[in-house]
Amino acid sequence: MSTPLQTEPRPEPHGNPEPAREPARGALARRAAGRRRGRTLGFHLAAWALAVVVLYPGVWMVLSAFRPSSEIIGQTGLIPDQTTLDNFRKAFEGIGGISFWTFFGNSLFLAAASVIGVCLSCSVSAYAFARIDFPGRSVFFALMIGTLLLPFHVVIIPQFIMFNEIGWTDSYLPLLVGKFLATDAFFVFLMVQFMRNLPRELDESARIDGAGHPRIFVSIVLPLMRPVLATASIFAFIWSWNDFLAPLIYLRSPDSYPLPLMLRQYTDQTTTSDYGAQMAAAVLALVPVLIFFVLFQRYIVEGVATQGLKG
Amino acid sequence: MSLSPQASRAAPKRRPGPPRSRRRTAETRAGYAFLAPWLLGFLALTAGPMIASAYLAFTDYHPIRGGSWIGLDNFDRLLDDPRFLDSVEVTATYAVVGTPIKLAAALGVAMLLNSRRRGQGTYRSLFYAPSLIGASVSVAIVWKAMFNDQGIVDDIGRFFGMSGGGWVGNPDLTLPMMILLAVWQFGAPMVIFLAGLKQIPHELYEAAQVDGAGPARRFFRITLPMLSPVLFFNLVLETINSFQIFASAFIISGGQGGPANSTLFYTLYLYQRGFGQGQLGYAAAMAWLLVIVVGIITLVFFRTSRYWVHYSGDGR
Repeated sequence: MSTPLQTEPRPEPHGNPEPAREPARGALARRAAGRRRGRTLGFHLAAWALAVVVLYPGVWMVLSAFRPSSEIIGQTGLIPDQTTLDNFRKAFEGIGGISFWTFFGNSLFLAAASVIGVCLSCSVSAYAFARIDFPGRSVFFALMIGTLLLPFHVVIIPQFIMFNEIGWTDSYLPLLVGKFLATDAFFVFLMVQFMRNLPRELDESARIDGAGHPRIFVSIVLPLMRPVLATASIFAFIWSWNDFLAPLIYLRSPDSYPLPLMLRQYTDQTTTSDYGAQMAAAVLALVPVLIFFVLFQRYIVEGVATQGLKG
Repeated sequence: MSLSPQASRAAPKRRPGPPRSRRRTAETRAGYAFLAPWLLGFLALTAGPMIASAYLAFTDYHPIRGGSWIGLDNFDRLLDDPRFLDSVEVTATYAVVGTPIKLAAALGVAMLLNSRRRGQGTYRSLFYAPSLIGASVSVAIVWKAMFNDQGIVDDIGRFFGMSGGGWVGNPDLTLPMMILLAVWQFGAPMVIFLAGLKQIPHELYEAAQVDGAGPARRFFRITLPMLSPVLFFNLVLETINSFQIFASAFIISGGQGGPANSTLFYTLYLYQRGFGQGQLGYAAAMAWLLVIVVGIITLVFFRTSRYWVHYSGDGR
């Protein structure tokens, strides 16, 4: 409680500001410091109370997964009376004779392929928007921004008919082809904004040296894009990992299901008495997302912040 | 790369290479080559399907039976479809009630966190976490368990004198439960508000304080106007997002939208009609209706924005 006293974000160095003040204002300054300390305390109390509320569902979920199924319902408290690993054992067994790891592998494959698709297609398209001057660019850019606001409902039905006609249903192709064709305008937009802030002198001098656009893109722009590619990868991974509607529409055979569809089977087939296995499976499905979040929280939160400011 | 900035600035005078017109065509060709993935995706997966569903909306298309032109029949039937009207009501209530609460929570917490106190970054990440997982099936399962009969929320409610029975089975409480799930994900707009708050010049507050403006006045006269572009962005984004809720409603109601249609969100009903019953023409009509409504709402937001969104002239 000694350093974070400043309420005002002034560029003063950290530490106690009082000694710098004139002695005549000592009492006043002390009272002000006391008030500031009180406010800091209040801030931490409020933030902590909020954190408890926000985290409660997550913590409750994890702890419930260790509870015997019969104990989950009717238990308000967090700390289980009895703990058990039965739920996890059952969750790992999977459902309908298909192991948890099959679903996990499917989810992982889909997420990894989405990341590759998004990084390749969106970076190339963003380069065209940010660095090449050609007729029609501003029209296409406006259309791209427009798709950001378009409800997906209007495209899923014809897409379904189309993919059904060419025989792609019950394969991963309908889920992935859009990722390789930069249909996630959010990522294109994020990358365009990032590229616009890269110094142009770099490409200009490379151009004088005789490099064409492919060369400039691969050896100058792409290496500098590492931070934005990281942000896009994280989001592409998590969105694909959590996606429910598209797999629900396109996938038929249970052994190709990703985790969200496995979880849905749990809620369909098991009665309330098997809450435990449901909870354990739900926790297991979130683990990769939470690991990602803990590792890359800065990239994630900064990515969201810039998206809002430049929008 | 080895050239110094001076050399590159001097360069345009004696630019080597082909004459201007040939350079332009080369640029154009390169532009379209680089744009190709997006352009292909846009034509094949966005623009084409949009036109196709505009046509489908006037047919009774079914994946097996095919379909034929039926004019405005789908739209006529929509207006007489009680389940459709329920889904509109549920979704509209969810958007109109949930979005302001979520944004108010986001702004409140952002203002609480907007200081250079230690731990601010940690709180910010912590509060953001629900936004990342909130739409997942896992969270829907937890939410259902928490709000079920004898779940923890039910117990807390009973403690405060509410009649028990759980929220999941009570048609009056399911929508509040879904709104709470949305409000729980206040982190994403909060992060954006926080970034906006950091851009407000601190001198403004100091000047206002010198002039004797209290906290409420400072909030309404400085914070809110300076933040209005960010507020506008959040409002548009969150409103549109709220129309798209699907996985949580599907899981919590077992795909049915019950009890008594109280969780029959627009997307869920569209799914039931289009993919459950194969009435793709009918679902396409619903989809286009939604596009038109979203378009109108966005237009209203943008048209009215000039009266309440303040853009500082210096264009920071």
